Amino acid sequence: MTNQEALFRYVVRMGDNSLVMGHRLSEWCGHGPQLEEDIAQANIALDLIGQARNYLTYAGEIEGKGRSEDDLAYLRTDREYLNALITELPKGDYARTIARSFLFDAFHLPLQQALTKSTDERLKEIAEKAVKEVTYHLRHSSEWLVRFGDGTAKSHDLAQDAVDDLWRYTGELFIPDETEEMLAKSGVAPKLSDIKKEWDATIVRTLKEADLKRPTDGWMASGGKKGVHTEHLGPMLAEMQTLQRTFPGAEW
Amino acid sequence: MDLALSITDVQTVLDQVTDPEIPVITIRELGVLRAVKIEGDSVEVTITPTYSGCPAMDVMREDIEKVLRASGIEKVSVKQVLSPAWTTDWISESGRKKLLDYGIAPPPHTSDIRALKGGVPVTTCPQCGSTDTVLVSQFGSTACKALYKCNTCQEPFDLFKCL
Repeated sequence: MTNQEALFRYVVRMGDNSLVMGHRLSEWCGHGPQLEEDIAQANIALDLIGQARNYLTYAGEIEGKGRSEDDLAYLRTDREYLNALITELPKGDYARTIARSFLFDAFHLPLQQALTKSTDERLKEIAEKAVKEVTYHLRHSSEWLVRFGDGTAKSHDLAQDAVDDLWRYTGELFIPDETEEMLAKSGVAPKLSDIKKEWDATIVRTLKEADLKRPTDGWMASGGKKGVHTEHLGPMLAEMQTLQRTFPGAEW
Repeated sequence: MDLALSITDVQTVLDQVTDPEIPVITIRELGVLRAVKIEGDSVEVTITPTYSGCPAMDVMREDIEKVLRASGIEKVSVKQVLSPAWTTDWISESGRKKLLDYGIAPPPHTSDIRALKGGVPVTTCPQCGSTDTVLVSQFGSTACKALYKCNTCQEPFDLFKCL
């Protein structure tokens, strides 16, 4: 793998994480459990999709084959998507959505913070913008996780079940592949072991506050980074891409 | 042919461009307008987004091109930069006053570290001036605003979030 290929894969991965996560959150638009949350999730989705636009535009430039952000978002198949599996899982009930956001945001924030020190100027710029947004995302998901965990017996159990179920999807976030190892050497991307330390600290602190138990580590699912996904990504993309697939090149 | 307009002239023309979602504040007051460059007969305008996904950016870009063309400048390009990242500290004093008059509480300064660290800085109701206000939601009608309620006059209001 050349440096350019590694950078392309990494930037696509960052874009796909934000895009898929953003799309899943946007599914709450018009369906939120209360008006404020409906608006909050739509706003967070918008932040993430905005970040995805920055990343995918950059990825297209690195590749140099003339693909735009839209080409990359709407005309790739699920096997070409490189997002982490946790982002593509169905939104579930609100406790599950919050638990997923929390587990992801607790990873996303230290990652974006580290990328503000990237040796790649463009990744640094995107991160300087994103880090401010993701700070609000983690605050939002943490507050709601505490509200559920420390709420009624039912909300507590829903939150605990969601955290337990989603735990198996957190492992791959921190297992570096060839791409990440190459880029960590040149200071483009951070070492995932450093991000894991911060993630662990946030998880322990917030779960304690939420009166929830940290699940024990067991078997972990993986594959997202190399394009091997759960059965949930295909149908999501089918819906997200339907317009461009049906009417290629359609514009607003 | 060189342009007969100075940078100040161009900036004055650009003062017609406002935030489409807060139409009282200009892009210069908002701090979104970062630079104006004149080269020969062409003008390059540099803007920066408030949020990565701010949908107002495309509208602002179109509006910039429209007002400059209307004032006789034919060669217009609008460049978007991400760095340095926009901060609410760039909203000018006149911009802050306009927000307040419009019913939106201006953002706390980032030097008020409590605002960034998750604490709750004192927020004044733009309607009645009371400081007895409560946060309803971190996310308001747009990505850049939070929703508050005033306990004194009972009115809901938006706060421009500190970024």
